[in-house]
Amino acid sequence: MSSVPLSAYLTLALILFCIGLYGALSKRNTIIVLISIELMLNAVNINLVAFSRFGVSANITGQIFALFVVAIAAAEVAVGIAILISLYRNKRTVNIDEMDSMKH
Amino acid sequence: MMENAWFIPLFPLISFLILLVFGKRLKESSAYIGMALTFIAFVYSLLVLVERFGNPTFKQEGTWLTIGEFNLTAGFEVNQLNALMLVIVSLVSFLVHMYSKGYMHGDERFPVFYAYLGLFTFAMLGLVISPNLLQTYIFWELVGVGSFLLIGFYFYKEEARAAAKKAFIMTRIGDVGLLIGMILLFWQVESIEYDEIFAAVEAGAISPGMITLTAILIFVGAIGKSGQFPLHTWLPDAMEGPTPVSALIHAATMVAAGVYLVAATFPLFAASEAAMLTVAIVGGVTAIFAASIGLAQTDIKRVLAYSTVSQLGYMMLALGSAGYVAGVFHLMTHAFFKALLFLAAGSVIHAVHTQNIEEMGGLWKKLRLTGPLFLIGTLAISGVPLFSGFFSKDEILIAAWAHGNYVLFWLAVIAAFFTAFYMFRLFFMVFSGESRGESKNVHESPSVMTIPMIVLGVLAVVAGYVNTPWFGTFLGDWLTEGTEALGHGHIEGPAWIMLVATVVSLLGILLAYLMYSKRSIARDWFSSRFPFVYSIVSNKYYIDEFYQVSIVYATKGISLFLKFIDDFIVGGIVNAVGSGTKGFGKTIAKLQNGQVQLYSSVAFVGLAILIVILALTGGYLR
Repeated sequence: MSSVPLSAYLTLALILFCIGLYGALSKRNTIIVLISIELMLNAVNINLVAFSRFGVSANITGQIFALFVVAIAAAEVAVGIAILISLYRNKRTVNIDEMDSMKH
Repeated sequence: MMENAWFIPLFPLISFLILLVFGKRLKESSAYIGMALTFIAFVYSLLVLVERFGNPTFKQEGTWLTIGEFNLTAGFEVNQLNALMLVIVSLVSFLVHMYSKGYMHGDERFPVFYAYLGLFTFAMLGLVISPNLLQTYIFWELVGVGSFLLIGFYFYKEEARAAAKKAFIMTRIGDVGLLIGMILLFWQVESIEYDEIFAAVEAGAISPGMITLTAILIFVGAIGKSGQFPLHTWLPDAMEGPTPVSALIHAATMVAAGVYLVAATFPLFAASEAAMLTVAIVGGVTAIFAASIGLAQTDIKRVLAYSTVSQLGYMMLALGSAGYVAGVFHLMTHAFFKALLFLAAGSVIHAVHTQNIEEMGGLWKKLRLTGPLFLIGTLAISGVPLFSGFFSKDEILIAAWAHGNYVLFWLAVIAAFFTAFYMFRLFFMVFSGESRGESKNVHESPSVMTIPMIVLGVLAVVAGYVNTPWFGTFLGDWLTEGTEALGHGHIEGPAWIMLVATVVSLLGILLAYLMYSKRSIARDWFSSRFPFVYSIVSNKYYIDEFYQVSIVYATKGISLFLKFIDDFIVGGIVNAVGSGTKGFGKTIAKLQNGQVQLYSSVAFVGLAILIVILALTGGYLR
């Protein structure tokens, strides 16, 4: 049951987070950026669940928290996609480099 | 009446305020308001003067401010000099108000002119009833403001603007002296009341050196206001103002304020021989100096202006020679005949529209009223017997002789000769001979202008009889009543002085007649023989030019230097700080380029750096 150590979960979460961060900061397609953000959120979820099982005072709070994050992430991605579609209708592009109208 | 003498200055003040607010609506009928209120002031002054004959000096004061132990008082005082000045000022002011109705007719800023006249009259009447130095000083400056506004009344003319500024600045130079003198007196006596200062002087509470110093400093103020040498140059330039203003301010009242100030503080001067001598010398020098300039001027008002300076010099000479009565007496007669001369000159200018006497001539037949009135004024100022100027000038000469100022006495006699000569030169150039000008329909001024002149003409003849060696020295006895410090009502002098004065003035008239009317002596007899002297005199001894190259240029140089410091050093530092901050902001603002990924990268790198620092130092910066 406990043959997989905590460090393995944390390493997986770290790798997932770094992939997500890399995608969010470097990809030009906004959809990919949104997906990368989802990856980062999921990395957090893995952390939360892992600590709810292996933490100093192990309890169910971490898992409930992970459920909240999933729910909010769903809402967030829905809003994000809505904004993106609206932008696409106006600008005919999903390229994040070109969405720079809020500048000095 | 005397208890409420402080009402008198308020009437012109009310006129000023009404015209300030309703002037635009009243238009030319504002003249009636000004005239009515100054007339009330005049009647009131006359009643106060009559009451003063039978009663002692009335003085009332209330505390204005309390500073520590010291009570600053304000109030009014009706003594002989003040009562006399009240009548002179309010009378001349009323006549000028009346005259201006005709002279200023059609001027766009007619109500403003009357408002300014009201302000000036208020200040002047306030000045002559002040019981202490500070109050005098306040009104002294207000009078200067009134003069400034009225000289610059035609402010769209470059010369008028310059003259107004010059008058204000030149008199300010004198005022600084007055202010310092006042402060010194306060330091010595702990009071600015005239009475207490005189009491302290009499009791010997002030050292003789300090008396001399303060008296001379106060006299510096009088020099500025009364146009004495070397601060006289503003007065001729002040002729840029309207002619009624010249009559009121720069002949009869304000310029006499300097003489009044010396007269009002006379006990202080009398206590110091050196101060008296200074006053006498400045007065005597100014008298002959200005008279000699008057010989060569061709502007009718400038000739009169220089004669004013010269006559004020006479008054100062009288005061400096312990002739208190003579000075005040001449102040009174001069106010009448010089106001008359200016108003008559205004009438001439009104008729021919020029001020250059070379372009006049032959006006005697055309101006049937102005001509004789001008002649009366000319005779009075020349000191022809039986006219008012004769008696007052005679008193001054006697005072100078009796006080032992023999050199100044002879200077004054020569100045009297000059006066007679240039005044009759003016008279003959304007009124006799053939017309040299181009103006055709020359006509006499309306009666609103001639009536004030007639009143002044009568006064210019009879005013002298209040103080004559023949019919009693009523004015002198009254002025010096009940006090020792002011000297005697009449100073006895040798009888030949009167003879000399008469002969000298008649000689001057004769010479002017031969040169300018009969023409048996060529006009350029003097100027062609001594061109150098003539050019010095006609250029007013180059005093203006001297001030220009010495003081004006020096001041301009210093201000340019300071402007340089302000512009480049102070301004440079301020601008550098400003533009540095602005440039920094601009550079930083470039980071906000709208690239969301760049922002998050920076945030991430920052977070990483923070974490590294945290890991290395354990959260504590050493």
